[in-house]
Amino acid sequence: MSDSHIGQLWPLFWQAAWETTYIVAITLTLGGLLGLLLGLGLYVTRRGGLYASRPVNAVLNVLVNFFRPIPFVIFIAAVQPFARVVVGTGIGNPAIIFALTLAAMFGISRIVEQNLVTVDPGVIEAARSVGASRARIVRTVVLPEALGPLVLGYTFAFVALVDMTAVAGVVGGGGLGNFALQYGFRQFDTVVTWTAVIVIVALVQVVQLAGNVTARRVLRR
Amino acid sequence: MPLVEMTDVRKTFPAATRGGQDVEAIRGVDLTVEAGEIVGVVGYSGAGKSTLVRLINALETTTSGSVRIGGREITTLKERELREVRLGIGMIFQQFNLFRSRTVWGNIAYPLEVAGVAKDERNRRISDLLHFVGLADKAHSHVEQLSGGQKQRVGIARALATNPSLLLADESTSALDPETTQEVLALLRRVNRELGITIIVITHEMDVVRSLAQRVVVMEAGRIVEEGPVLQVLSDPQQPVTRRFVATIVDDEPDPEALAALHSRHAGTFVKLAFRGDDVRQSDVFAELLRHGVTFELVYGGIEEVQGETFGNLTLALDGDPDAVRTAVAAVRDLVPTTELAR
Repeated sequence: MSDSHIGQLWPLFWQAAWETTYIVAITLTLGGLLGLLLGLGLYVTRRGGLYASRPVNAVLNVLVNFFRPIPFVIFIAAVQPFARVVVGTGIGNPAIIFALTLAAMFGISRIVEQNLVTVDPGVIEAARSVGASRARIVRTVVLPEALGPLVLGYTFAFVALVDMTAVAGVVGGGGLGNFALQYGFRQFDTVVTWTAVIVIVALVQVVQLAGNVTARRVLRR
Repeated sequence: MPLVEMTDVRKTFPAATRGGQDVEAIRGVDLTVEAGEIVGVVGYSGAGKSTLVRLINALETTTSGSVRIGGREITTLKERELREVRLGIGMIFQQFNLFRSRTVWGNIAYPLEVAGVAKDERNRRISDLLHFVGLADKAHSHVEQLSGGQKQRVGIARALATNPSLLLADESTSALDPETTQEVLALLRRVNRELGITIIVITHEMDVVRSLAQRVVVMEAGRIVEEGPVLQVLSDPQQPVTRRFVATIVDDEPDPEALAALHSRHAGTFVKLAFRGDDVRQSDVFAELLRHGVTFELVYGGIEEVQGETFGNLTLALDGDPDAVRTAVAAVRDLVPTTELAR
């Protein structure tokens, strides 16, 4: 313990913490938005849905089912060629953000779909009965009615994304996970590893708490 | 011109599973509803009554046939035009279907927002409706804080927000206790009387029909099997299904088991007398029996009142000389419809 290098590593540590924060923030925003759209697509095209369509639903399902089970570390490698095209590089944080955004989109789409199916079909019928259009119903009924569970779903997604950033190192990305592996695990420096672990856990706890409080406030309405 | 006119309407749902049987929910229904009426539609679950109302506001599309609302054919309208039609038809539900993400105020505001009503006008309207349904103090309550009866009153206020000419009530009291049911029925009666709104009530509770409707339509297996003024259908049901519904609120005659039990305790001839309206006085009938030297005991039945008219089915055990009983029954038969149940 006494020979830990943690003292010299603080600048790198804060750099890594910042990287984790912005990678997760960007991917949760972008992937969250795309996942919301894809999840809505899955939901509204279901049998009996507002835009029920068997073929569209089947295509979306196959798409999500194809990409979602791929382990993230392999997913990064698999989408690397696309990352080169879209963000101009296959390595570093931009490549990680690209891969993570895609993975988040597929994962979050299922979370969104699962939460939307819990919306009582009766309230959708009530909205239809007063002449609301389908697009209006999605905007003013489906999403507001599912807001509480959606907040919890996105909180869950946040924790999953923090977890997934840990493997960013395979394509030269940074972040706390990479820091823990590089300067803790590979240097046999347990203090460094645990410093990163504690900060990650603290970050997750704070966000989970914020999610719970928000969801409770929304559900009470 | 009738407000609602359905002609040979059919609705078939595709099979739920591939290779399964299509479901014919409505098999050729003709129904006319005049403006200002309250019509009750009764039937067991699966009879097609919920589907029927949803064809009236086009929540479901008809497979064939014609549906006219205020003279306008709606089966050929586009989705956008249907939305206008729906603004003129309010609907309330068994489970109330209120938006939990909105307050009482927000729920009533929803149809007005959809209709594009300006905010000032909207606020005035919501405030009026809240007073009409007696929930002015609950405007900013959340839906979970309301009792079942209060929820349905919010449902009614929401359904009335856009000044519809027709209100569809789908089992609107089935989730409520008897006392609250009476409260909601009284409110619906006011909606009809004070606002002149036509109401179609779907229910499996004959009591709701008796206390609310003027006309009743009985459905079975996707068809209308009997219809007429409530008093007429209650006092003289024709179809077996109608008789079963009527029997839930009107004592007709003892079933065979009850009859046998009664007959073991009371000797003599059993007759059922069907009193209708005020044409025949019971005292005249009883006097006739006594004049023939026949004594009697009332063993089954009751007197009902529907829309100010009384009617009842009374089963009597007659006692006396067999010949006297026979002539007495013949004489009574001239006064009131009489059925001999047992001898």
